[in-house]
Formats: sequence, C-alpha cells, structure tokens
Amino acid sequence: MTTTTPTMPGPAALRPVRATGRRRQPVLGLLGCLIAVAVVEALPRLGVVDSRFLPPFSTMARSLGEQLTEGEFWTGLGQTLVGWASGLAIAMVAGIVVGVVIGSIPLLRAVTASTIEFLRPIPSVALIPLVVLIYGSRPQSALILVVYAAFWQVLVQVLYGVADVDPVVRDTARSYRFSRWAIIRSVVWPTAMPYVVTGFRLAASVALILEITAELIIGVPGLGKSIGVAQSSGAVPETYALVLVVGLLGVLINVCTRAVERRVLRWHTSVRGEA
Amino acid sequence: MSDTIALDVAGLAKTYRSPGRDVEAVRDLTFQIRRGELVCIVGPSGAGKTTLLRCIAGLLDLSGGQIRLDGTAVTEPPAGMAVVFQEYGRSLFPWLTVRGNVELPLKEKGLAKAARAAKVAEALDAVGLPDSADAHPWQLSGGMQQRVAIARAIAYEPSVLLMDEPFAAVDAQTRADLEDLVRTLWKRLGVTVLFVTHDIDESVYLGQRVLVLSNRPTVVLEDVPVDLPDDRDQLTTRSSPQFTKIRTHVYELVQSAKRGERPEVR
Ligand SMILES: Nc1ncnc2c1ncn2[C@@H]1O[C@H](COP(=O)(O)OP(=O)(O)OP(=O)(O)O)[C@@H](O)[C@H]1O
Ligand SMILES: [Mg+2]
Repeated sequence: MTTTTPTMPGPAALRPVRATGRRRQPVLGLLGCLIAVAVVEALPRLGVVDSRFLPPFSTMARSLGEQLTEGEFWTGLGQTLVGWASGLAIAMVAGIVVGVVIGSIPLLRAVTASTIEFLRPIPSVALIPLVVLIYGSRPQSALILVVYAAFWQVLVQVLYGVADVDPVVRDTARSYRFSRWAIIRSVVWPTAMPYVVTGFRLAASVALILEITAELIIGVPGLGKSIGVAQSSGAVPETYALVLVVGLLGVLINVCTRAVERRVLRWHTSVRGEA
Repeated sequence: MSDTIALDVAGLAKTYRSPGRDVEAVRDLTFQIRRGELVCIVGPSGAGKTTLLRCIAGLLDLSGGQIRLDGTAVTEPPAGMAVVFQEYGRSLFPWLTVRGNVELPLKEKGLAKAARAAKVAEALDAVGLPDSADAHPWQLSGGMQQRVAIARAIAYEPSVLLMDEPFAAVDAQTRADLEDLVRTLWKRLGVTVLFVTHDIDESVYLGQRVLVLSNRPTVVLEDVPVDLPDDRDQLTTRSSPQFTKIRTHVYELVQSAKRGERPEVR
C-alpha cells in the first residue's frame, strides 16, 4: 500500500514521534514524582537541610490546603490566568495575522527579515524597566511582556508554516482558479496549521513564565505577587505551596496544549506515522 | 475552420531565468488542437513537456509567442481548464478527505451543496473509487491517488483537460485501466485532452494525434496522425499491424529526438 505513496511535506518544527516506551512513561514519571516528594519530605526531617528554608513536603501540602480555602488565593489564580490567557490570545491573533501577511508577500518578507531577527532575541524581561515606567504595576505591564514574548514564538512558526506550502499544491489551487483569499483559507492555513499549533504550545509556556515574572518582579496582581508577599513575610511553607501551584499550572498548560496539538494534527501525525 | 480550434500555440518560447543560469526549455512551439480532440505529447525527458503544459495552464509567464484558448490569450489560469499534475500525490490536499479534495474546486466555483455532492459521487464512481470518499489521500495507494486527481479534474467538468504523465507511477494493470478510463471519459464528456507521456505505446493507444517534441531547446519534431479506429481495446488495438506501424514510427522519431535531431530550420 505504501509503495508509491509520495512523501508528504512534514514540518521540521514537529517533534519526532516517540514510538517506544509510550506505555511505560506515565508509570515511570509518576514514580519519579513520588521519589522527589519522598526526598523533599525526608531531607528536612532527617536534618540534612534546615526546615526553615525547606519545610517537609507534608507541611507545604498542608499550607496549600489552607490556601485553597481562602478567597485571596483564588483571586490571585484568576488574575494570573486572565493575564496569561489574554496575552496569549493577543499574541496568537497578532502572530498569525502578521505571519500570514508577511509570509504571503515575498517582498514584505525580505524587507522584514532582518528586523525580525533583531527584535526576536531581545528577552522580554529587558522590557521591564520600560513597562514599569509607563504602566507601573498595573496588569498592562504584564500584558505587554507576555504579548511580546509569545508573539515571536507564534510569528516565527507561522512564517515557517506559510513557507512550507507545496508548490504543486499552490499550482493546483491556482489552476482551479481559487481566489487569493481561498488560497489562504484552504491551502496556506491548513499547511501552516501544524506550525501554528507548535507556536501555540511554545507561546503558552512562555506566556506563563512572563506573567509570573511580571507579577513577582513588578508586583502586578496575581499568584506571582502572592509568592513575593509570602516570601517577604517569611511564610516559607506558603511560598513553596504557591510555587508548587505555579509549577502545576505549567504542567497543566503543557498537557492541554499537547492534547490540542494531537487533535488538530490528526491527519498530519497519521501521515507521519504511516510514512 | 478556425472556430473549431480550441487551443492555438504559436511560436511559444520559454526560458527559465535565474541568476547566473538561463535554461532555454522551449524554443519555438507551434501547433493547434481542435475542440474535443485528444492529443498526446511525447518527447525525451527534460524536453520541456511539463513546461509546455504549465504555460498552457497559465501558471508560467511566456518568454515569447502566444497561447490562445478559444481565441483568448492565456495570461492566467483560464476558466474551464483542469490540470492533472505529474506529481499527482503532492497535488492532493492531504488534510482533506478524498471527497473534500474533489469537492473543493467545485466549492470555489460556486456550486451549491447538493450539486457538488452529486458531481463528487459521479466522478468517484467513474474512476472506480466510490468507497474511498471518506479516506484521506495518504491512506490510498499510488494508483488510487492518481484516480482521485483524475476524479477531481473531471468533476470540475473542464472543457480542456491537461494531463502530465499521469500514469507514470502506477503498475501496468492499473495503467491499462486508467488509459481506458481516460478514453471513455473523453468520449463521454467531449472534452479537449492534452496528454503528456513518455510511453510511446500509450501515446499511440490514447491519441488521435501524437506530437513528438525534439530535445531541448524544444520544437515540434513531427505531428503524427493516429489513424486507428475510435473504438480501442487494450488487446486488439495494441496487436493490430496499424498500431505497430505507428508506434514504430513514433519510436524512431523519439530516438532521433534523443540523438538531437531537429527539423531543418524554417
Ligand atoms: N523551475 C525551473 N527553473 C529552471 N529550469 C527549469 C525549471 N523547470 C524545468 N526546468 C528545465 O527546463 C527543462 C524542461 O523541463 P520539463 O520539466 O518541462 O521537462 P519534461 O519534458 O517535463 O521532462 P520529464 O519527461 O522528465 O518530466 C529541463 O532542462 C529543466 O531542467
Ligand atoms: Mg515533466
């Protein structure tokens, strides 16, 4: 059946599919977590580290349980999530629109290439002084940092994606007299989709990092600010508990975006799987 | 007379220009194809057959000469034309099902949903793939993918159908079936067909005329009429003395084209 199947265009941006150890991995991963928890529990109890700096895991967990009953925690979590999601959404829309426009017009692409290469590597955190100057510790500060960091992730992926359109597919669409908009909608967009999803996954993680950073350093309301407050008031177990929550948030986001990736790219991974 | 001419290629020249390297693919091609005719084009590999087809399809800018379709100069992909590309597998949209692939050009053409469904079903039926409508192209064999590309072209109901070595990658049996399919569809739909192939027997079996191209830079070496009966059959036609005579002639022409022989300069 596969004898004459021609090779499909595959985005280089996708991770190679891991075929082996898929089933064992969650079990091993869980085991690793349990060991880490046990070590964190044991070290302070055995006196290897000072429990003022690293309380046992059970203490962190208890503190976390207490936080869950407080409205303040949930407000902070909500603020963080809203900041993260709105920044990510803006970056996605902007990255896709700008990417498709630049990518579709060769001249524009040539003109913007060096500018993009210059702006992209600027770390978002380097903009902190600037945004503080303009917005202080208002949510806008975090939003700008989040959007800036996530935008490049999306834009670069979309540019790769648009460039990946197969010339034969493009000629096919042209010969059937698809309109310009139809070519973008039914040729460029599906081709770029795998890249867009990869961009989404990368942007989602980066956005969370920048949101927490802004809250922690600038004092934008959210979980990051709570961490800073807990830390400066010497509430060590709370600090750890909040850090754990942020970590779990990161894991959750990653799991979700991977699920989205798998769903959206069903045809694509199947192509790769069969090849 | 001239109103029966569908395609008029006059003095076509095409040179690919890239920095530091110009390739003169087509030098001077002149030929005409009547409405409803089935013409095959053969020539050595690299002769510029694909280039010619892409020029006719309005996908390439010409370097010289003119192509007229029904009297109008071709400057962009013309309406009512369908192309089956040499790289048929890559020309199918892998993210769409077989049905989606066949349906999309009809959608862009502005056909209503019900009409589209009927045409898709009919076309898939004609190529013998009524059960594969919901499969994705990459789940099909090469020959099946080829038939999807053909189904997409015929569902579009073109008045001119261009096919570029469409059967190069399929096995002999599928190939014979597809050849008969092309002739059946051509007769049924009355469409003008331009069929590029490197298989000399195929060109004689399918065509009413065979255009033999020289090697690069390309001109028409000879326009060979195929005076075989209209009802053709894989076994009897191919074993008839007349078939053998024509194929031998075309074969010799292609051999001389490969040696670099060209018609004397006009
Ligand atoms: N995009 C391109 N840029 C530069 N040169 C090209 C391009 N496409 C084709 N050529 C050249 O033009 C010549 C004719 O190519 P073409 O693909 O038309 O040949 P062909 O007759 O279809 O060959 P085949 O039978 O192998 O498919 C070749 O020498 C090829 O190298
Ligand atoms: Mg070719």
